[in-house]
Amino acid sequence: MIKIYVPKDSAARAVGADAVADAIVAEAASRKIDAKVIRNGSRGLLWLEPFVEVETPKGRVAFAPVETGDVKSLFDSKFHEGGTHRLSLGLTEELPYLKNQERLTFARCGVTDPLSLDDYISHGGFVGLKKALAMKGAEIVTEVTTSGLRGRGGAGFPTGIKWKTVHDAKADQKYVCCNADEGDSGTFADRMVMEGDPFMLIEGMTIAGVAVGASKGFIYIRSEYPDAIRAMKDAIRIATTGNWLGRNIQGSVHSFALDVRRGAGAYICGEETSMLESLEGKRGMVRPKPPIPALYGLFGKPTVINNVLSFAAVPYILAEGGKAYENYGMGRSRGTLPFQLAGNIRQGGLVEKAFGITLGQLINDFGGGTATGKPLRAVQVGGPLGAYLPASQLNLEMDYEAFAANGAMVGHGGVVVFDDSVDMAAQARFAMEFCAIESCGKCTPCRIGSTRGMEVIDKIVAGVAREENLLLLDDLCQTMTDGSLCAMGGLTPMPVQSAVKHFPEDFDRPAKMQAAE
Amino acid sequence: MSGKHTLIDVHVTKPDAASLIAARYDNKPDALLEILHDLQHEVGHIPEASLPVLAKALNLSRAEVHGVVSFYHEFRRKPAGRHVVKVCRAEACQSMKGNELADAAQKSLKVKFGETTSDGAITLEAVYCLGLCATSPALLVDERPMGRMTPQKFDALVKELAS
Ligand SMILES: Cc1cc2nc3c(=O)[nH]c(=O)nc-3n(C[C@H](O)[C@H](O)[C@H](O)COP(=O)(O)O)c2cc1C
Ligand code: SF4
Ligand code: FES
Repeated sequence: MIKIYVPKDSAARAVGADAVADAIVAEAASRKIDAKVIRNGSRGLLWLEPFVEVETPKGRVAFAPVETGDVKSLFDSKFHEGGTHRLSLGLTEELPYLKNQERLTFARCGVTDPLSLDDYISHGGFVGLKKALAMKGAEIVTEVTTSGLRGRGGAGFPTGIKWKTVHDAKADQKYVCCNADEGDSGTFADRMVMEGDPFMLIEGMTIAGVAVGASKGFIYIRSEYPDAIRAMKDAIRIATTGNWLGRNIQGSVHSFALDVRRGAGAYICGEETSMLESLEGKRGMVRPKPPIPALYGLFGKPTVINNVLSFAAVPYILAEGGKAYENYGMGRSRGTLPFQLAGNIRQGGLVEKAFGITLGQLINDFGGGTATGKPLRAVQVGGPLGAYLPASQLNLEMDYEAFAANGAMVGHGGVVVFDDSVDMAAQARFAMEFCAIESCGKCTPCRIGSTRGMEVIDKIVAGVAREENLLLLDDLCQTMTDGSLCAMGGLTPMPVQSAVKHFPEDFDRPAKMQAAE
Repeated sequence: MSGKHTLIDVHVTKPDAASLIAARYDNKPDALLEILHDLQHEVGHIPEASLPVLAKALNLSRAEVHGVVSFYHEFRRKPAGRHVVKVCRAEACQSMKGNELADAAQKSLKVKFGETTSDGAITLEAVYCLGLCATSPALLVDERPMGRMTPQKFDALVKELAS
């Protein structure tokens, strides 16, 4: 039987993968060819979706991007027997985009059937968990600490330290919560894990549960991700049936149960304490810290909260050892980060590399420059609260500290490219608008300041008392930075002020309204 | 409740969706968001009349339930059209002419974001990122993702949804 792979990842579906899969099934049937279409995760070469692969004795070969209209000719050229076609790309593993990556977390995504336990296990799945089941909680925590893993959700807090706090806490009940709210524009790695390799997230969370002594976990997934919600629910059911979740996992003394909870379109619920409130069925109002969630988290119990990518890195760390993971990276940024190349970029997709690669290497070597072919003007790294960087800073190394030193942040690794048609004053205004829309409303600088910020930027752009209003904008940003309880209000000034700093010309266009004032 | 009366009640008044869904979640207050999602899925929106029902079932105050419904952008207080189109308005989509798509969508449907077309076919909503940022601009039609959208493709989509 011939195996043909057509991704089920929602980015592939968004550009017609379902219709292509249907057409392949129908065409194979009408030609009486014994072929099986497997809906895999995405390999991450998203500009080439729908990315179709055929298994051959030499390895999997790729054809992309495939449209339904190509299917007949693909069969005519015997692509299912390894024949070549206008869309042939050769062996998937040899494609430079993939070959030049360092895929630790994304090693399996796109290779396997996401909901096949057999596939998962035959590709190295559950090796880490099996080791963990035989270890003491403190030993697991030490391994994670050794790896140097820092939280991939944005703040970069050392995961081992967080786990140790929960491990050391005494309580009748502890929880493990996965933050799958992935609200940052330009990011989709969490989504790809959940849709393309969901057992890896289950494995990572279960290891956390075993490490800290928690028997219950929740995955908080944003409602904008219906496919990921479905995949995770299915995967949890299948893993439970296979005794990789539930009571006495694989005959051990450890039990761990998992549930999916849906978000409801609130960006702020990605902030961990807001997420906890939401998980408790409440409005997503940010809690003051302390107490920290590690000690007083879900329902007031000690709780591990980590991003999807943080948990997803753990199975590798347990399987290969913390040291193996720590060998990658630079400075205090250890391991790899699945970067997400997005926006106006020719070859957008997922690029997992060790920290230390430069922004320019990501955008040019992997991304191939802008999609429009026009000059790159700005890059926003780290989501809507991240800085806008000019083309002159493409030599920045992807490293938490290097970015922070430049008034920027790596965040969740999203890289959004803009060409020279971008209006940076409009982008700065949008940052304020987004804050106004998504503020939880607890602090005045965030709630009111953001609306004031929009008005002030409007005046600057209109040329009304420009100098005074630029100073006012600066004051306002300072107030938001100093007077906000969380990074929503606290970091909104980052995109705004970086836009003013690096692209002052966009805030200094000819006055249109001075006469009217 | 006596079985006999329940039977008769079921025949005269439709059982209340909100209380049935709440019961599915053992009337646990922490499941409120899940309950609201299911309710919106089954009824199309969160009817005003269901707020006191949920408050009673979950042992919450009416204000608490109201507070949750109004906090989250996803929950709709008014009935939606037969289809809901959620257009991404966030940065990665902006970088690929997302604003033009958003304008064209409003023009084509003759509604603003948050509104439903006069024939009740389509509700247009704004969302901030669908995780389709490498195939932007993107939107979600009911639960179907669509990427690399253009005003032309949007018009074709509207025709398809109307038929
Ligand atoms: C406004 C705001 C939004 C956030 N959104 C997310 C998110 O979508 N996903 C996430 O993992 N972390 C998000 N965070 C960071 C979390 O608060 C928290 O640091 C993280 O979930 C901890 O997990 P980690 O240590 O594995 O990164 C957000 C923070 C803020 C202030
Ligand atoms: S900064 Fe904004 S989002 Fe954060 S707690 Fe204050 S009001 Fe809420
Ligand atoms: S920014 Fe539009 S899909 Fe992510």
